[in-house]
Amino acid sequence: MAIDTEPAAATPPAQPPAAAPKDLVMRLWRGNASGGRFVEYRLEPQEGEVVLDVVHRIQASQAPDLAVRWNCKAGKCGSCSAEVNGRPALMCMTRMSTLPADEPITISPMRTFPIMRDLATDVSYNYEIAKLIPAFKPRPRDPDGLYRMAQVDIERGQEFHKCIECFLCQNVCHVIRDHEDNKPRYAGPRFFVRLAELEMHPLDTLDRRDYIRRVMGLGYCNITKCCTEVCPEEIHITDNAIIPLKERVVDAHYDPIAWLGRKIGRRPAPLPAAQAGEYTGAAHAQPAAGPAPGPGDHAPARSESGTGG
Amino acid sequence: MTDTERHDFDVVVIGAGGAGLRAAIEARQMGARTALVCKSLLGKAHTVMAEGGIAAALGSVWPQDNWEVHFRDTMRGGKMLNNWRMAQIHALEAPDRVLELEEWGALFDRTPDGRILQRDFGGHRYARLAHVGDRTGLEMIRALQHRAVSIGIDVFMECKIVRLLQDPRGAVNGAVGFWRDSGSFVTFGAKAVVLATGGVGKAWKFTTNSWECTGDGMALALWAGADLIDMEAIQFHPTGMVWPPSARGLLVTEGVRGDGGVLLNRDGERFMFNYISPFFAAETAATIEEADQWYANKVDFRRPPELLPRDEVARAINSEVKAGRGSPHGGVYLDIASRRTPEEIRRLLPSMYHQFKELADVDITTTPMEVGPTCHYSMGGVRVEADTEATTIPGLYAAGEVAGGMHGSNRLGGNSLSDLVVFGRRAGRSAAEHAMQTPGDRVISEAQVAEVTRHATSYFDNKGTENPYAVHHDLQETMQSLVGIIRVESELLEAEDKLAELQDRASKCTVEGGVRFNPGWHLALDLESMLAVSNCTTLSAIARRESRGGHTREDYPGFRPEFENVNMVTRLVDGKYVVVQEPKPQMPDELAKLFEEEAH
Repeated sequence: MAIDTEPAAATPPAQPPAAAPKDLVMRLWRGNASGGRFVEYRLEPQEGEVVLDVVHRIQASQAPDLAVRWNCKAGKCGSCSAEVNGRPALMCMTRMSTLPADEPITISPMRTFPIMRDLATDVSYNYEIAKLIPAFKPRPRDPDGLYRMAQVDIERGQEFHKCIECFLCQNVCHVIRDHEDNKPRYAGPRFFVRLAELEMHPLDTLDRRDYIRRVMGLGYCNITKCCTEVCPEEIHITDNAIIPLKERVVDAHYDPIAWLGRKIGRRPAPLPAAQAGEYTGAAHAQPAAGPAPGPGDHAPARSESGTGG
Repeated sequence: MTDTERHDFDVVVIGAGGAGLRAAIEARQMGARTALVCKSLLGKAHTVMAEGGIAAALGSVWPQDNWEVHFRDTMRGGKMLNNWRMAQIHALEAPDRVLELEEWGALFDRTPDGRILQRDFGGHRYARLAHVGDRTGLEMIRALQHRAVSIGIDVFMECKIVRLLQDPRGAVNGAVGFWRDSGSFVTFGAKAVVLATGGVGKAWKFTTNSWECTGDGMALALWAGADLIDMEAIQFHPTGMVWPPSARGLLVTEGVRGDGGVLLNRDGERFMFNYISPFFAAETAATIEEADQWYANKVDFRRPPELLPRDEVARAINSEVKAGRGSPHGGVYLDIASRRTPEEIRRLLPSMYHQFKELADVDITTTPMEVGPTCHYSMGGVRVEADTEATTIPGLYAAGEVAGGMHGSNRLGGNSLSDLVVFGRRAGRSAAEHAMQTPGDRVISEAQVAEVTRHATSYFDNKGTENPYAVHHDLQETMQSLVGIIRVESELLEAEDKLAELQDRASKCTVEGGVRFNPGWHLALDLESMLAVSNCTTLSAIARRESRGGHTREDYPGFRPEFENVNMVTRLVDGKYVVVQEPKPQMPDELAKLFEEEAH
């Protein structure tokens, strides 16, 4: 992998005079599909900024060709996903004041997707999966031309509809983060949310359970909740979408004793933590600069081995 | 350049927000081979930022509501400058378009008997906005996106269109763009092109608009010889965030006021009662007591002045701040905390709660928000024929914010999302019909394609010191300070000069780096659009010597009869921007009666 881990570049500058505002030190991954490295930028801090503001200032003043996706800068479009100090997040909703002030701040692209350039990744996998989802098929309207649904019956669906398709859940899902070869047979958390939304839609008439099991690869998910932890919309992906979906799929395919067991309140046991990938809540809170996401490398060393933490 | 990637379609839709998606769906459903080309990833368009709702006279909360009331509200909100036929079509068709979204999977909030719940918004006589909490745009774009994907529309993502292509008679027959990722050029041959590229808010410093809103479609139309109308009509939304600096301009939904929120100045006064213009006095509550009873009883009481149309409220806030009665960060207070329980606020306004908590450390269930006007919407745009959305150029159609006319000089909240689907559908239909009546393949001029690519890549050859980010920054400063919410001739003339300077600087921009995913290059090209549209806005603003809706002239306050029936038309003639006044279409007597009845 082409990673620049030159310690010299990360050496802290001499302390400035106490009165002067201390410069921010930002380490941004620069490169393309064939390689790259972290490049350090220094600039003055400004009041109330989010990470994306700082990235924009770097772009405007020091790196005009820095590739970064963004649209709304308000947490509504899900374009500016990245890994900030090793933690997957929306850059527009990560306030600088929440990051350690005395250390360089490292921003790298989402690791699960191939690099396009700098912080922009090729997320087309998600759009390909989206094409495979069997579409909504509503029942006919009431005789007066309307649909009637109770608010209580749509609230779960509305939770799923909050998804802004930032793909951070896909990014942290170890089924594809660490195993590129699973991508063709695994829809990932974003699309389990989508499927759950369809399955629980009061008007929908299609039975997708067999398809979810066979084609969407729901069985690969072992409920480690990495996706739920990073969801900026706070959708309970695992508890409210994936587990109910697994139960429905199992209902359709397995024996009645298991069904009865679930009815009386047992939940499928999660797999051992060893298989859970690296995004396991508190364990991940400690920042790690992490290695560069290498060219076409979807299983680089874990962030614990990074140099900047 | 003859080996440029080439795709041929019947209909090419540029822009994948609500209008573009709906147009593409319609064209595809009509059987046209349809491409959807968008500058961002699919589903990221500015439509996702729409919050409060989609206006349609469904009558599920107030059965008294109907299309005529909606039509009347829309025209009056637009200070009668609207294209009456568009406003009529919009009011008539919006309910069907909302029900259609539901049929495609959208989950709107419900009434107790299970129908679509509607919420109050400024300028609407009855609670009329179908909504999903305060994230209605996301719901809408997702329903349309899923529909578009399920019917197999070809989507070209992260592809920026640089110029339209025209045949020797001037008819549009394609477009040239480039992939943002690779920087390589792509030509689309098309029998009809639909512009659905949205607005131009990124030309102003404080704006609710997203990265994409750089006026591309307006500029593409202009360069192809089409007319723009009423470009002076820019809406400044009354309530944008004012603090922290980095969040300045972010939208605070009108739903806050629709759900009971009130505007207060530094002294805690509900100042909107001091700003009720004669035009709206008959339908606006005169006292706090009356206003507060209206939420539950819309028949016997009049609307609170906080729910006057946006232009009125934005000007009032501007005046309070100028008079020294503003909040610490130069806005006023928007208070929902004292009007609703914390549970209600979190349920009705989840995004606002989240946005203020995350970005400003403010808990809106206990603390008033600080808000001020922010550039939000372009009422003006490409001139279209009301029924077909055909522009003045054969083969070219426009729908949504990029088109002008529908909203007159001021748009009512909620009328944008409905505009997108009503006119998106009609534009898609017209484009498909046009394509089907156009036999044979389009013959694309290789010379035109070569000229576009040569021009677009010329920024790499420039050897100057101009940086596109700096030019953009200065453009935003210019438009904000000289062509902002309150305008005056001397400043508009100054803006004209500054825009000429900026145009010169922009043409000398030097782009560093290569063609692959290079935002500096993308911005240099977006600047061409922003500058073209800013010029039209400034010219129109100089020409309209009156104050109407989103165009307020300090030197010409109030309506003037000589401008009442006039559209400001801007176009390019021999490379120069010109503005001419043309009579607006006159509404038939049976519709005009709706306004006479209300006058007494």
